[in-house]
Amino acid sequence: MFQLEIQDLHASFGRTEVLHGVSLAVARGERIVICGPSGSGKSTLLRCVNGLARHQRGRVVVDGVELRDDDPHTLDQARQRVGMVFQQWNLFPHLTVLENCTLAPTRVLKLGHAEARSRAMDYLARVRIAGLADRYPRQLSGGQQQRAAIARSLCMGPRLMLFDEPTSALDPEMVQEVVDVMIALADGGMTMLCVTHEMAFARRVADRVVFMDEGRIVEAGRPEAFFAAPAHARTRAFLSRLAR
Amino acid sequence: MSAFDVLAERGRFILSGPYPADQQWRLAVVVALFTGLYVASAIPACWRRGLLAAWLLVPASAVAIMGGGVLGLVPVRTDLWGGLPLTLLIATVGFAIALPAGVALALGRRSALPALRLLSGLFVELLRAVPMVTLLFMASVMFPLFVPARLSIDKLVRAEVAFALVLSAYVAEVVRGGLAGIPDGQHDAAASLGLGYWPTALLITLPQALRASIPALVNTFVGFFKDTSLVAIIGIFDLLGAARAVTVDPKFLNAAAPVYLVVGAIYFAFCYVMSHGSRRLEAWWHEREAR
Repeated sequence: MFQLEIQDLHASFGRTEVLHGVSLAVARGERIVICGPSGSGKSTLLRCVNGLARHQRGRVVVDGVELRDDDPHTLDQARQRVGMVFQQWNLFPHLTVLENCTLAPTRVLKLGHAEARSRAMDYLARVRIAGLADRYPRQLSGGQQQRAAIARSLCMGPRLMLFDEPTSALDPEMVQEVVDVMIALADGGMTMLCVTHEMAFARRVADRVVFMDEGRIVEAGRPEAFFAAPAHARTRAFLSRLAR
Repeated sequence: MSAFDVLAERGRFILSGPYPADQQWRLAVVVALFTGLYVASAIPACWRRGLLAAWLLVPASAVAIMGGGVLGLVPVRTDLWGGLPLTLLIATVGFAIALPAGVALALGRRSALPALRLLSGLFVELLRAVPMVTLLFMASVMFPLFVPARLSIDKLVRAEVAFALVLSAYVAEVVRGGLAGIPDGQHDAAASLGLGYWPTALLITLPQALRASIPALVNTFVGFFKDTSLVAIIGIFDLLGAARAVTVDPKFLNAAAPVYLVVGAIYFAFCYVMSHGSRRLEAWWHEREAR
């Protein structure tokens, strides 16, 4: 069974359609890197997977459950199974790092306080910021905040992780610490859908690289083939701009 | 006749209005309670659930102490209430009602439900557009014309309702501004973690919005604190009303300056506590989270 199935997805903001029929099936444990120019619909595609963006046509099936507008329960289910990491981290600034990590597990999963706390400390240790658990987000560097955001997401026990340009807003010297955490997560068997321009990360962990442009998937393939011999001119143009 | 004579002779009336002189101590207790409440609210360490309870308990006990009829206290009719304790009572009850009501209205104006949005919007726009004085006159003069005497509600209560309604509308706009300033990413993050509408509002957006709104909220409250003096026009002897009554007494001609100076100083003291307290709270949060 697929962890995630997207079939003929159309999504619009107002009158502008930004996804014109995207289909993608992601197997359990598969790591997908999505790249493409800005405005190509990469972020919208991710946001359709956990219902942050609505689709008007097509199907999104997470873990066998189809997201349906008329059944909010499907949305709740999807959000409990899908974790998301944002470009701007989006930590809750009025809560400590630990509180950021325990809030949803106690409220949504109804975990006891002690259990949520030990789970949070476990993930904070894995992203190597356990020592910062009692700090507030603004007291952390960008890289530390992003690692905290990844830990916060993992505390919900997701089966699929979405990464929306997780390193784009970081200072260059902090990119690697976040990428390292993502690599460790991939090596642990997590199913991942990553919008990123970190091509070193794509080469290292991706099972498939997907190139999007103007709301469509232009091509997809294993990273070796994708980078060595892209089939489409648009892909080649994009990759050459990235390399420059 | 020196300026101090009027204060010596009529000071009690200015501070307490027509309240019976032999029950004076009850008012002292009430003023102490309210002052304690304000000071505690300005100290970050006091910000816990108990403070919330105090905001309900202090006004309730103030009403009980001033009104009597309980715990062996002699009953005192509300038309004998006055002076500083009355000003503090009207203001505190106004804050205590308007903050939650304003938050509810602000959430209503941003609701996904069109009917709720429309109703909250109408309420806020209507009440902000009507002069306070008009509402007080309606509450004191027109209300009794339309409602049979046996259903009549105490004049003080009617005035308080008018104040609370208007203040709620102003608070709603301030809180709405605070909510609008919360980045979309906060909603995205909360939704992606599976948090629903109420947990997101109560635990994520409102705490941040209210904190960001503190200066504007305190500004609104300081303005309202002084506006409570408008009750004088419907014959309620609050601090300013009682003071004015003294200055028109032919026995104390030319006593206006000292009387108003003293009253002004009292208003200043309370408003200063509010604005100083708000700055302390802001500084404390800033220090805690951003260093």
